[in-house]
Amino acid sequence: MSATQFKSPVVRWIDHRLPVFSMLHHTAHDYPTPKNLNYMWNFGSLAGLSLAIMIVTGIVLAMSYTAHVDYAFDSVERIMRDVNHGWMIRYIHMNTASFFFIVVYLHMFRGLYYGSYKAPRELLWMLGVVIFLLMMATAFMGYVLPWGQMSFWGATVITNLFSAIPYVGESIVTLLWGGFSVDNATLNRFFSLHYLMPFIIAGVVVLHIVALHRFGSNNPIGIDTKGPQDTISFHPYYTIKDVFGIAVFLLLLAMAVFFFPNAMGHPDNYIPADALQTPAHIVPEWYFLPFYAILRAVPDKLGGVLLMFGAIAVLFVLPWLDRSPVRSARFRPLFRIFFWLFFVNAIALGYLGGKPAEGIYVILSRVATAWYFLHFLAILPLLSMFETTKPLPKSISEPVLGSSGRTA
Amino acid sequence: MAKSDTNKNPAKGDVQEPGRRDFIVVATYAMAGLGAAAVAWPLIDQLNPAADTLALANIEVDISKIAVGQSITVKWRGKPVFIRHRTADEIARANDTNLDDLRDPQVDTARAEKPEYLVLVGVCTHLGCVPLGQKTGEVRGDYDGWFCPCHGSHYDTSGRIRKGPAPTNLEVPPYSFLSDSVVRIG
Amino acid sequence: MLKRLFIALFAVTLAGPAMAAGGDVELQKRDWSFSGPFGTFDKAAMQRGFQAYREVCAGCHGMKLIAFRNFADLGYNNDEIKAIAAEYEVQDGPNDDGEMFMRPGIAADRIPSPYANDNAARASNNGALPPDLSLIAKARGNGPDYLFSLLAGYKDAPEGMTVPDGMYYNAAYPGHLIAMPQPLYGEDVTYSGDADDSIEGISSDLVQFLMWAAEPKMEVRKRIGVAAVFFLGIFVVVSYMAKRRVWADVH
Repeated sequence: MSATQFKSPVVRWIDHRLPVFSMLHHTAHDYPTPKNLNYMWNFGSLAGLSLAIMIVTGIVLAMSYTAHVDYAFDSVERIMRDVNHGWMIRYIHMNTASFFFIVVYLHMFRGLYYGSYKAPRELLWMLGVVIFLLMMATAFMGYVLPWGQMSFWGATVITNLFSAIPYVGESIVTLLWGGFSVDNATLNRFFSLHYLMPFIIAGVVVLHIVALHRFGSNNPIGIDTKGPQDTISFHPYYTIKDVFGIAVFLLLLAMAVFFFPNAMGHPDNYIPADALQTPAHIVPEWYFLPFYAILRAVPDKLGGVLLMFGAIAVLFVLPWLDRSPVRSARFRPLFRIFFWLFFVNAIALGYLGGKPAEGIYVILSRVATAWYFLHFLAILPLLSMFETTKPLPKSISEPVLGSSGRTA
Repeated sequence: MAKSDTNKNPAKGDVQEPGRRDFIVVATYAMAGLGAAAVAWPLIDQLNPAADTLALANIEVDISKIAVGQSITVKWRGKPVFIRHRTADEIARANDTNLDDLRDPQVDTARAEKPEYLVLVGVCTHLGCVPLGQKTGEVRGDYDGWFCPCHGSHYDTSGRIRKGPAPTNLEVPPYSFLSDSVVRIG
Repeated sequence: MLKRLFIALFAVTLAGPAMAAGGDVELQKRDWSFSGPFGTFDKAAMQRGFQAYREVCAGCHGMKLIAFRNFADLGYNNDEIKAIAAEYEVQDGPNDDGEMFMRPGIAADRIPSPYANDNAARASNNGALPPDLSLIAKARGNGPDYLFSLLAGYKDAPEGMTVPDGMYYNAAYPGHLIAMPQPLYGEDVTYSGDADDSIEGISSDLVQFLMWAAEPKMEVRKRIGVAAVFFLGIFVVVSYMAKRRVWADVH
């Protein structure tokens, strides 16, 4: 790290021995960033903010929560009623969980649209998928903690997925439960892991950022930066832009927390868990619905589970499925059409996941599931072979000067 | 994420940082700070006692059934409170004590609103043990009050320290008589 | 594109819980005083609702999350709360003999439930469990409208529908067969003053009371919410102007 000069002698003294200030300066101040990033590049910092909010409110909630089947539900209600500002802290935790997923999904779609997963950013993308998986596990276990009806039955259904594994499935499920059904042992280990995993996520986020800073951010044009004329320093340009993004995010979050705190939840979770009675319609939290739809689309138990996990696994190998050297969809007319088809298909899967598994919904789920995999496994490889891309500009600074045609 | 404290350490050779000192930029960072402070308060205040805890912060005790010479122990704010219905002899001995003999001089009338009833927090002022002397037959110490078995502190019939390591008298909690038979502690 | 993404995702988000409430039941939509960002509870209606709960519902339904001290929200002062609490017998103990004993309630106590446990409740109610009502207004889709429609929804079963013994027809109940007999017929409660004691009037009071019980912090939540949204709205504008200013020289 080049010696950065700081004014304060105290800072200089510390930095000479422990170069944290240089590091921060390098990653959040000087860091050269493409000057043409649009607002879709705001969701990374918003995801980071969401994680921070979740960790802070979560630690606070854990101070008043009791992880025991007899007390969990009432301890959450005590937070809502008796703990000072407890209702606000819990509603922030609940709603930020949903907002976290909204932000991360937008962040992922941004990556898909602008080809941010392509060389040399494959590991950056894969670390992102790891974060996404960890988030899903954390959210799932967190949803179990209030020990309402949806908590209990969600835990039962999701853990039962593992019973689809041949031969050892039953033993694995027993192992996960620590008993013969979802019970106190399950609740305790879920609490333990729910508390642990955000910190693992934070660790992977650090790796994610290290990988990002190796080659810098991708940009809407998708070509590499060619020199200082293409970049601006992160501070103050992107700090102030992130602050504006955060302001909009917090405004929407506040509206949800203070005026529609339960809109993204389910009424059944205000009924204490009852192991003898399943609610009429059990649905996972909204952010799992697309994957839930894929699970139910397959009439075979093992097949459904494999396909559901496959839907995420396919994201890991995406950089090798889409071999087109052109990153941004702006210069890939066909890819752009298929991207939006994929986007609509993903929304459709989410919608279908919330519908009862009967009649037309089953057929539609199957079509949408097939399309999901077709997109990754057939369309993207074929497009990268046959698509005629538009000419790329020479550099970010002169995007209009791309006169000489370029095809992939 | 945004690092806004860089005002303190601008980089050498920075090309000008446009608009950094502009009012509107300063206002933005000031609002961000204000918002963060506003959010910090609920996170700190949640550490304070919750409403259900506060609801039990004062209790009402029926003292009409305590016979003369008897004591009861009630739990108040997680600690034992001793209420002794003192005999005339005990009251007399508490009043007759020479203040010069006391480590923590206090007259008995300052420690008992009604002389018949002595209300004390039953926690030894030495290191927090609960003294003996409440139940019939328990050791009451050399001064017929209470005796702390941990390190041998002796308290008199007014709960004042007379002997042993404890530095101060047994604490008198805030209380008031709602009627002749009901005392409200806290 | 950003806008499109947001709209689509929010559509999915909101569709989830809404569809779960479904079923072929008709709910009567009413304007509640607590709806909307400035909504508040109606204290007089809540007091009547509590009276109706105590005289009509409390025989079978507990409200174990509610403490008497919470009734300050209904507009009762400390002495009135003490008096209400003292009308209940609560179990305490064990005493020095190791026995549990009954004593009059105090403000810090929670409302005692009518049955010792769920099995006792089932045994007394033909196998059906009368749910605890502390959270009922949040534990049902469109809680307030649902509860109102349910209380006012007892009708004769339509032609061709057989109603088994111990079950009753209700237009608002999912599946229409409910184990709870019709609780309100009008004039079930003697209100002081000239409050509406029809089925609709009492139901409305009960809904006010139950909504408060489920979400006692609603008023303060909305108050803080208005301030927070106001502050953040300004923050959005100011930070956008700051962003424009900082970026003015980037071409």
